[in-house]
Amino acid sequence: MVENRPWLTLFTHAVLLLGVAAVAFPLYVTFVASTLRLEEIMSVPMPLVPGDQFLANYSQVLAAGGTTGSKAPVSTMLFNSTVMALAIAIGKITISIIASFAIVYFRFPLRNFFFWMIFITLMLPVEVRIIPTFKVVSDLGMLNTYAGLTVPLIASATATFLFRQFFMTVPDELAEAARVDGAGPMRFFRDVLLPLSKTSIAALFVIQFIYGWNQYLWPLLITSEESMYTAVIGISRMLVGGDAANEWNLIMATAILAMLPPALVVVLMQKWFVKGLVETEK
Amino acid sequence: MAAVSFRDVRKSYTAELQVIHGVSMEIEDGEFIVILGPSGCGKSTLLRMVAGLETISAGEIAIGGRVVNNLEPKDRDIAMVFQNYALYPHMSVYDNMAYGLRIRGLSKEEISVRVQKAADILELEKFLERKPRALSGGQRQRVAMGRAIVREPQVFLFDEPLSNLDAKLRVQMRAELQALHRRLGTTSLFVTHDQVEAMTLAQRMIVMNAGRAEQIGAPLEIYAKPATTFVAGFIGSPPMNLIPSKREGRDALLGVRPEHLAPCGRGEAMMTVDVDLIEPLGSDTLVYGHLGANGAGARVAVRLHQSVDARAGHLAVRYDPAQAHWFDPASGKRIEQ
Amino acid sequence: MEKRVVFRSAWLPYALLAPQIAITIVFFFWPAVQAVWFAFQLQDAFGLHTEFVGLQNFEALFADEHYLGSFRTTAVFSVLVAFSGIAISLLLATMADRVLRGALAYKTLLIWPYAVAPAIAGVLWAFMFAPSIGIVTYVLKGMGVDWNWIIQGDQAMLLVVMASVWKQISYNFLFFLAGLQSIPKSLIEAAAIDGAGPARRFWTIVFPLLSPTTFFLLVVNIVYAFFDTFGVIDATTQGGPAQATQILVYKVYYDGVKAADLGGSSAQSVILMFIVITLTVIQFRFVERKVQY
Repeated sequence: MVENRPWLTLFTHAVLLLGVAAVAFPLYVTFVASTLRLEEIMSVPMPLVPGDQFLANYSQVLAAGGTTGSKAPVSTMLFNSTVMALAIAIGKITISIIASFAIVYFRFPLRNFFFWMIFITLMLPVEVRIIPTFKVVSDLGMLNTYAGLTVPLIASATATFLFRQFFMTVPDELAEAARVDGAGPMRFFRDVLLPLSKTSIAALFVIQFIYGWNQYLWPLLITSEESMYTAVIGISRMLVGGDAANEWNLIMATAILAMLPPALVVVLMQKWFVKGLVETEK
Repeated sequence: MAAVSFRDVRKSYTAELQVIHGVSMEIEDGEFIVILGPSGCGKSTLLRMVAGLETISAGEIAIGGRVVNNLEPKDRDIAMVFQNYALYPHMSVYDNMAYGLRIRGLSKEEISVRVQKAADILELEKFLERKPRALSGGQRQRVAMGRAIVREPQVFLFDEPLSNLDAKLRVQMRAELQALHRRLGTTSLFVTHDQVEAMTLAQRMIVMNAGRAEQIGAPLEIYAKPATTFVAGFIGSPPMNLIPSKREGRDALLGVRPEHLAPCGRGEAMMTVDVDLIEPLGSDTLVYGHLGANGAGARVAVRLHQSVDARAGHLAVRYDPAQAHWFDPASGKRIEQ
Repeated sequence: MEKRVVFRSAWLPYALLAPQIAITIVFFFWPAVQAVWFAFQLQDAFGLHTEFVGLQNFEALFADEHYLGSFRTTAVFSVLVAFSGIAISLLLATMADRVLRGALAYKTLLIWPYAVAPAIAGVLWAFMFAPSIGIVTYVLKGMGVDWNWIIQGDQAMLLVVMASVWKQISYNFLFFLAGLQSIPKSLIEAAAIDGAGPARRFWTIVFPLLSPTTFFLLVVNIVYAFFDTFGVIDATTQGGPAQATQILVYKVYYDGVKAADLGGSSAQSVILMFIVITLTVIQFRFVERKVQY
């Protein structure tokens, strides 16, 4: 700050606190609701201090889901979400890093063609090819499977670009030194490139884990069996009727559980998360 | 250790873009050769062709009598020191030096012995566990050399290894390189654009310009008898004065080094310099000026061993005709006397 | 830009590219081609018979008041989401860039909504604004506002905009903060010495220097509003009431999955593809320009 004006500093903090409150309020209400009895929520206005049903609500949803709508246990959903998020994050990173390695460190016929093929996938988000992609997955017998949930989502132009960009910044001399030292391409990849890519991989992992965890449209299409629901889908399946007919206390407990893993990843890996976010989009 | 031969080596990227126009040279076993030239002259390309990092478009390069044109770098038995050192940033100093040996499948004990020995020669024992980023520029330079030494190759290739160091460290590393070469006696090719480095390190040097070897020879021989005006201008500081003149009735360029011009009385003057600028350097004094009507205004530099009166305005000088060089103005080639 | 040194192998690069290319072809190109193909076909209600109908599906779409309405809804929705999201985040980022104490705490507290799935964001806001039991609805009623987004289209739109902006603030905030921190302090100090106060410095120095970030975020937020907000809408209004919040993506889904209108839905997909391609080209044009700075 250039000048020292107390009222300006005060104003700055006031704006920030207001922002934090606005961002946090929905979360607080959700948490409070997840600790109440349904009747307490229904008695307008609902209390704004946590109740005593924390254990009851959370153990109910984890073990057996809701009592009226979907009865799929949330623990299964959390497991499915974890599988999906991990498979997408790890799968994307793996196939992108080797693809970028090929594109950056080799010259071969059709190299540019393949590069453009990957590039064009940027312009084809799931949302614009819903029906035909669903058909392909259905024809391959991949409905209601983990493979169907994850494989179609692990081709990623952004991850490939991120690694390509990073590889371009690795000095040419390192590859030359490795060649003079006698390392072949895969040895160079394993001994030099991979260790140097550690931070990029970590950053990408955070972003892609959240991307995978928060998928909605795709699992909505692919999963029809309760045992394959992800947490995010599970919540929408628990919304069964008008606003008064929902088991809001259980839905909110599920929401908290579904938000927790990605939120923890963001907060605990904040440094890598920010780096990943800012660099993927560069 | 091995001899290296260049036989009409050429490099072209496209039909029009040729960067090395045929270099031929025989390098003897154990020789220290410097490839000198301005940036873009092709000197690094030539070195990288020996390393196997650039393909050879035409001609042959042989190491120890074996043509290496189609061999991978690892099969050429060479080691290379890069300008920016190219140390693996995530490996310790020890691992940087050991990496090439591990790939070659040497035993742990053998690797350890070799690395310790190199570390001993280069005074790196204290730093073996450190990562490159925790080292100074000079230390990184030593690690890069250590990585080359442990391999015990037939040929060392140096690609401007001192240019990222500050002036003082460069002088020190120059001396260490010489000592190292005396000790190991390995054939070495050293690329630089710095003539002082070239003069002090080389047993023989190649002066390159625009993809051609302008002259090959021992440093003092090249200094004494530059083969072309380019070499005359590139070796020596300030560069040789080149004055348009006549010789045996034909146009010719007269070349006289600034240090071979001596002040004299007006009567015995061979030329008179109109002084533009005087730079007192302490040990000697540089006088810059131009020649009057008889010299067609050519620029001239003079190195004097005593201070001169700056207000003089004119400086009468003479030279020993034995130290005059003559060049053909059209081709730039030396005219032998 | 290209690497100077490359490895040589006749088969290795193809093997390395194979997984990504295979997935790209099977799950991206083949469906996209099919979408285009279906878009020119008409299928009967039982899926037994299809015929090639040329541009008929597109003509039908642009004659359909619902579809045109969906276009308008999408335009209003994305403009609201992009502009309010950007304005709020810019304000917060500017403030966070000013504070010396607690900057990291503020940052941590502001970025976590990024981790919340759009669908969950929708559920949270729908709950707070639920017509009969919502806590905010209660406050609004107390202020004399008749709040019921289940019946009133404008309120439904406002609800999905709020939920979408809330989720996206953290993303915009991080980019603005990074942009602000990359502005050299000496520039700000020079302006202060020239006599510019904080507000003037912001509008004459900081904001122009941030314009590449702002433009980038504008494109990203529009893309977000177009596609990623599907979850928000499906978990709350489901396009209602009376299509008041039926954005294009939701209509593709609804017509294709719920109404099983293959041709019409595919034609909509093709139109959406054109929109994405346009946005991507704009974005990359911008990236190119940024590189030249």
